[in-house]
This record gives sequence, structure tokens and C-alpha cells, in this order.
Amino acid sequence: MSGLLDVRDLNVTYTSGAGDVPAVRGVDLSLEPGDTLGVAGESGSGKSTVALALLRLLPAGTRVTGRILLEGEDVLTMKWGRLRAVRWVGASVVFQGAMHSLNPVRRIGDQIAEPLLVHGTVPAKRVEERVAELLEQVGLPASRAQDHPHRLSGGQRQRVMIAMALACEPRLIIADEATTALDVMIQAQILALLERLVEENGIGMLMISHDLSVLSATCKRVAVMYAGRIVEEGPAHQVVHDPAHPYASALSAAFPKIGDPASRLAPRGLPGDPPDPADPPSGCAFRPRCAMVETVCATVDPPLWPVRPDAVGHSERRAACVHVGSGRDGIEGASTPGETSTEETSR
Amino acid sequence: MSAETDPQTSTVGTDTDETPILRAEAVEVAFSSGVGPGGGRGTARAVDGVDLDVAAGEIVALVGESGCGKTTLARTLLGLERPTGGRVLFEGAPLSHRSRDLRDYRRRVQLVQQDPMGSLNPRRTVYESVVEGLRIHEGTTVDEYERVARALSRAGLRPPERFLSRYPHELSGGQRQRVVIAGALILDPEVLVADEPVASLDASVRGEILRLMLELRENLGLSALVATHDLGLAWNIADRVAVMYLGRVVEVGTVEEVLSAPEHPYTRALLSVLPDSGVEEGPVVLGGEPPDPKRVPTGCRFHPRCPVLASGEAARAGVADMCTSVDPEVLAGGPGHRTACHWAARVGGPESPRTVEGPMSS
Repeated sequence: MSGLLDVRDLNVTYTSGAGDVPAVRGVDLSLEPGDTLGVAGESGSGKSTVALALLRLLPAGTRVTGRILLEGEDVLTMKWGRLRAVRWVGASVVFQGAMHSLNPVRRIGDQIAEPLLVHGTVPAKRVEERVAELLEQVGLPASRAQDHPHRLSGGQRQRVMIAMALACEPRLIIADEATTALDVMIQAQILALLERLVEENGIGMLMISHDLSVLSATCKRVAVMYAGRIVEEGPAHQVVHDPAHPYASALSAAFPKIGDPASRLAPRGLPGDPPDPADPPSGCAFRPRCAMVETVCATVDPPLWPVRPDAVGHSERRAACVHVGSGRDGIEGASTPGETSTEETSR
Repeated sequence: MSAETDPQTSTVGTDTDETPILRAEAVEVAFSSGVGPGGGRGTARAVDGVDLDVAAGEIVALVGESGCGKTTLARTLLGLERPTGGRVLFEGAPLSHRSRDLRDYRRRVQLVQQDPMGSLNPRRTVYESVVEGLRIHEGTTVDEYERVARALSRAGLRPPERFLSRYPHELSGGQRQRVVIAGALILDPEVLVADEPVASLDASVRGEILRLMLELRENLGLSALVATHDLGLAWNIADRVAVMYLGRVVEVGTVEEVLSAPEHPYTRALLSVLPDSGVEEGPVVLGGEPPDPKRVPTGCRFHPRCPVLASGEAARAGVADMCTSVDPEVLAGGPGHRTACHWAARVGGPESPRTVEGPMSS
């Protein structure tokens, strides 16, 4: 199992007085250097929990099981010292609204220098030079190092955060809604920047967003999450433009394509609300909102099946729906509904 | 059509047959102020001469990036901001800013707030939130309960009884936005002015709320002005769209005209950077940051960032001097496709695709 990031059967359960709330249920992800993977989903789908889990940034008391291999090392069993070293150097995160976490009374340059000094990535006398280099890499003049955050616009501050994330030359960047709430023009600038960095430095990028159109334009592969699970995963273009899972399909239709007569004066959404994670429906979690629901859906929570597999059963794309490809055969042949629901309740 | 027409006179004789229900006429809103991100002091010309009509039963989208003045213009149309120049007309009559007149105006032209979590009081039930406007305008009325129930039902919260005693935290994001809309509907307004009505909602919920806005137009004949950064929203629900840049409308027309055959280089750039836009020429990412309304450039306000001017295409068309020295005239706000661009006026917009491809692909 080489590769940059390899996540197997990740489960995250938030614990509270009111009971356990499973937020992520059996997620598998893998990413090679120089690759981009998008994770799409709406509020409560568990996508940000995945991002936090990858660097063990979840609140204390949260139960995390499974395996998160970052360059072959399991993040979940790392000692604290090692984890500190891995953050920033192995992988770094850019969050939505990260620009608000800049310290208002310290100069930009000093803040970018901090991870460099803490991790001793470059000798102290070279720090200034490296800061200038980083600023230029994200399209800001080196002279900006002298400014305080309030002198910069929102887009510029978000670029400073990206410069910080890049400071220690991490092999993996996790961008969690990194361009959300920015104007389209600034978003385009930042997406182009991230794409260039991935290409030039061969780093891997895990991009998490509610915006399927951003992911489809930026990432090679996309995974769509619903109620804590990945419901469809495959090459970005296929998942976005020819989705197989009914939820992926509804999500894709909710993004209007300008110029497409089908969406003109015809906004499309999805009636109903996502399930309460503390009290999910039996069987497939999407069942209550699904237009293609059948009786079997109430008892079976289907795993990811290959979509339209070739003669040897191989496909680049997988979806978790009884209507997909071999899904029904698989369920009827390999396991009885009874077994599947046991597996689900044992989580 | 002289390019130096005084904004005050340019609105005379717009080509509307009927009086629009809501009209901005050469509206200017200037704020004098402190220190901005660029550190400049002075007067910010947030809205700098805008004509815009909303006809009865029409949905107009006002699109632009943050800081372009769309929110200020929306607030001015609601009477929340007093124009420093020009005027707002409702059914042809100038809006009076006397508080009694404004009160009456605000029941007919209602605001739909942006962020439902921020605009709903967390300690009030749905009933209390929705009834507020009614009580302000009419006091306690005998049919209050029925009117609240009807507003909720119109906003798609059915059956209304299920929602009346709930608190905002017990509702989903989409339901909260529906409560905000119900609060606007309770006074049976004629026009809704919505500022980013779906910006904070998930995509699947967004579609549902937009569908509701179309239903309201269909069933109640409501007009709407929707200020948004989201061009997809305009494509989904609007009849006409006005693109704003630095306090001015730079292009206006039907949604099909502006979004499928954009003429202004700014509109074209905005469309080209949409992820997945499929624009063949590739994205035209404008450099730099959104400009500062305290320092509006001379000539065409877009010229410092204009890809057509930068590529030399404007010079080849013989308009480069005008771009840097002559402010294009204020566009009339009624029906028709209009563009405030010297170059587009000269080359005739998208009808001459060959002249357009060059600069846009660079």
C-alpha cells in the first residue's frame, strides 16, 4: 500500500450526553502524489469531519476507527510529537474563512515565517527569503510581508493562508471549502493557483467542497458523500455529468448550467432534508428523499458497486445503490438483506 | 447616443410602454468614510448613477462581485438608504423618505434577508417571527393566526400548524429561509427585494427556494429584484439581468441576451471563470483585486482591468483613447440589451465573433 494517502474504513462518531452521533461511516479514500481528489457533499454529510480526522483535529472524546495512512504511516496511532511534525510538513489544511484566523496585530511575513521557524524547515537567516518566495508563489508581491492583515482584501488574505500551508512544502494539501465565500474572480485565481501548485510541485490535493462544479473543474476524481458515507466515486467528469447514484444525480442537477435550456426558469432542488445522523433511517440513508426508492432499499444499505463494469467486472467508478450495475445481483447473490442490516447496526 | 450624456437626462424616454412598478433613476449613493482595505480616505461612490426598472410580475437579477454596489442599490430601492443623487420611483411616483410614507412603502416592497440564521431571532417561535411585520403595520388583528398560517403555507411550510411553535434551531436551513420569506409575504407585498436569498444554503435546498420564488411570481404576481453574485441563480429564475461593476450597471438585458451572448468584457470574463463553464476560449481571469469605490478610474471604470484594452484589441478598433478618457453613458434601465462599453459599441458585440475571439482567449 504505497501512495500518499490511504484511508480505509474510516468511522467517526461524535459522543455527547445525548448519545452517539455517527458522522462518518466507513469511508475509503486514496490519493497519489500529484493527484487531486474532490469530496463533495452538503451540510452534515461528514465531508469536513473527514478533513479534520485526517490530521486528528477532531475534538477530544470523538471516536475514530479505521486506518489513515499518510505516506505509509498511520496518523491515528502516531505519537503527539510525530503528529506535530506531520502537520504542516506532511500535510496541511486550508479551511474556509481561514483568512479570519490571521492574527490582526502581527505582520503577514512574521505569520508565514512561524511554521518555518517552529519546524526548522529552513535556516533562520534564510526565512525572510523563503517568505518572499512563498508570497510570490501565491501571486502577492514580497513587500506584502510588511503589512498587517487589515491592509489586505479577503482574497489576498486567503492567499496568505495558502502560502502558510505551503511553507513547509507539505506532500498533501487539504483544502476544505478554501474558496467558498470568495468572489468568482478571486475563486478562479485561487483555483488556478492551487492547480498550478499541484502540477509544479507534485503534491496531492484533497479538495472538500459543497460546490460540485468547482470540484469537477479542479479535480481528477470526485467522491460524493451523503449521510456520512461515500455514495459515488469516480472520474470527476463522469460523476458530475453522468451520475449513477440518485443523490449524486440530484446534486448535479441542482447546479444550473448557464446556457442549458433545461435549467432555464427551472431551478432544481431536492425535496426533504438530510437524515438526522443520530437517528438514521434503516437501509439506504437516502431512501426517504429518493425518487427511485423500492422496498428493498428499506433493508439494504448497499456498498459501493462498480458502475457499468467491463467483462472482467472492472470499472473506474463505483456507486452505492441497488439500481447501479451489479448492485442488485450482488446483494441477492452475495448477501441476504438480513446480513447487511446486521452489519449496519454493528457500526 | 453621445458618450458624454449627462446621467440626469439619459433616462428621458426609455422604451417602456408601461410604468415599471419599481424604478431607479440615476441613483447615486455616496458614503463618506474612514479607512478601507487600501487605506484610502474619502467618499466611496457605492452606487454611481444607476437606472433600473422592475416591471410588474418581473424578476430582475442584479449581479456583481462584492463591493460592486448591488446591496447598496437594493437597500436604496427599499428606502433603507437615501440616495445622494437621483431618485427611486414606485408605480411612477417618487419615493418619499418621510417616515410615515416609508412605512407604507415598506409593506408593499418587502426585504428578504440574506442569512436566515442571522435574521431570525433565535428566541422567537416561527409564529412570532412571521407575525412581527403584521403587528408593526396593523397592530394585533383578529385574523392574525390565519394570516400567519397562510404566509407559511405560501412559503411552502405545510401544514403550517407543524411549524408555528418551533424555534429556528429546530428547523433546517431551507425551512429557516422559508420562514424569512413567510415573514416578507405576511403583508401581501407587491415586490420582493432579496439580497443573496440562497447564498448560505446547500445546493439541493437552493433549488427548492428558487422554485418557491418562481411559484410566488406565478401565483401571487409578485415582482422581485434579486441581488446576487450567482449567475446560475439569474439563469434559474430571472427574466432580466443587470451586471454591476463598481457602482454602475455595465450590461443589462434579458437573461438569454446577457448570459448567452454577453457583450461587455466584464460580463464575458465573469462567465468565463465559472467552473465548468465550457467557454471554449478558456477562462479570462482578471488580475488584481476588485477596485475601490473611493477611487473610481477615469474614463471607463473597467479600463484598468479590461482584457480587451490590455490585448490591444480596443486600440485596433480605434477606441482605446475613449476607454481611458470617456465615461460610457448610464444605461437605460428598461427592456433592451445595452452595454456600457466603447469597444462593444464599435465592433457590434458578439455578432462579430472573429474580432472577439482574439482578446478573450489571450
